[in-house]
Amino acid sequence: MRRLAWHVAKLAEIRDETPTARTLVLDIPGWPGHLAGQHVDVRLTAEDGYSTQRSYSIASAADGERVDLTVQRVADGEVSPYLTEELRPGDELEIRGPVGGWFVWRPDGTRPVLLVGGGSGIVPLMAMIRAREQAGSRTPFRLLYSLREPGERYYAEELRKPISGLDVTYLYTRVVPDGWARPAGRVTVADVNTGGWPAEFRPECFVCGPTGFVETVSDILLAMGHDATAIKTERFGPTGG
Amino acid sequence: MGFISRGFRGRPRDEGVKLPPGQYLVHDFPVLSAGPTPRVPLDRWEFAIDTEDGKTHRWSWQELMALPSETPTVDLHCVTKWSKLGTAWKGVSLDTLFADVESSAEYALVYSYGGYTTNLPVEDLLDGKAWITYEFDGEELAPAHGGPARLLVPHLYLWKSAKWVQGIRLLNEDWPGFWETAGYHNYGDPWREQRYQGD
Repeated sequence: MRRLAWHVAKLAEIRDETPTARTLVLDIPGWPGHLAGQHVDVRLTAEDGYSTQRSYSIASAADGERVDLTVQRVADGEVSPYLTEELRPGDELEIRGPVGGWFVWRPDGTRPVLLVGGGSGIVPLMAMIRAREQAGSRTPFRLLYSLREPGERYYAEELRKPISGLDVTYLYTRVVPDGWARPAGRVTVADVNTGGWPAEFRPECFVCGPTGFVETVSDILLAMGHDATAIKTERFGPTGG
Repeated sequence: MGFISRGFRGRPRDEGVKLPPGQYLVHDFPVLSAGPTPRVPLDRWEFAIDTEDGKTHRWSWQELMALPSETPTVDLHCVTKWSKLGTAWKGVSLDTLFADVESSAEYALVYSYGGYTTNLPVEDLLDGKAWITYEFDGEELAPAHGGPARLLVPHLYLWKSAKWVQGIRLLNEDWPGFWETAGYHNYGDPWREQRYQGD
């Protein structure tokens, strides 16, 4: 069996998403392509030979040798401060992947799709939205995006423009924009009921975010009658650095 | 000279701690699972070992609790790179559960409430290497961490320690489980960094 190879990626461009999160646009010679929802392993090696790895979700649809990762800086993290503050265009990174064959959406899917993201959990869901666009798919998508405040939105410009067949609902947990109808608060049954799909439509559900968020949303989906096997989850712990 | 990440220094090294390659230390307990957390009422909970001859050994929750327990303190290594050292568990050794099981099967497929599966050689379940656990850190095991009971096989990556364990099927042929068919390594030894197929 062929081993997943380490590739040397070059940072082509940096896009700031929020004051603490940035998208790294990487060129990876020999990249085999990926499915929306997959992730990569990043390996950093210090001059004394010390080496450490982390996993990051891919934010982009497959596009030749170009891969976007969006990295949230974790305050006391070891790797994310390096990736979000130190790394400059032209720098190189070791990357292995793509990894994960479960939390993926394929453009030939025809069932409606419900995406529920909490915080940086939006990243693999954005790859699915982009893969749908890229494929010209008309599969109906609904996105519920839970985050603390408007300033923490990733991909704000891209999601502001209407995309045919994609409904986007923001669920703010701490601070809402002026005149916003929904009071600030955590995701509720009413939110998923209003912004999601009825269980009879048999949607594919992708839920990604911190553990508590994923537990809450998947319990709500089960209570609404969605089939457990149709609910795919990916959890980000508070660690991950 | 291998690859160097310009400007990367990393955390101060703790020379006293030896981790498998590519792993980093955490002090909390991250949760990773592929779907919703199943809730299994204890009065309907059951654990089974199914042999290759079609014989099934079953234990109710009360029967499991009545078996002699052990309190292993072990290190956990998750394929997503975190390691957690010195975790304290309480559970029943698989040696105890296998005591009356007659089998010459070499392979085991572990299955869980909620449909999860994982495979490993039978020998990795025996000789004090694996437990059916129901307490973590002196508390009953939380559903998100696999409660009421999970398999604990700490010498392999943590996806082998199936949460919400329901039973073990003994097989004459290896039968890859959930992550093993999704690109992860069939055996998963963290010290040999067997993360993905072909590693």
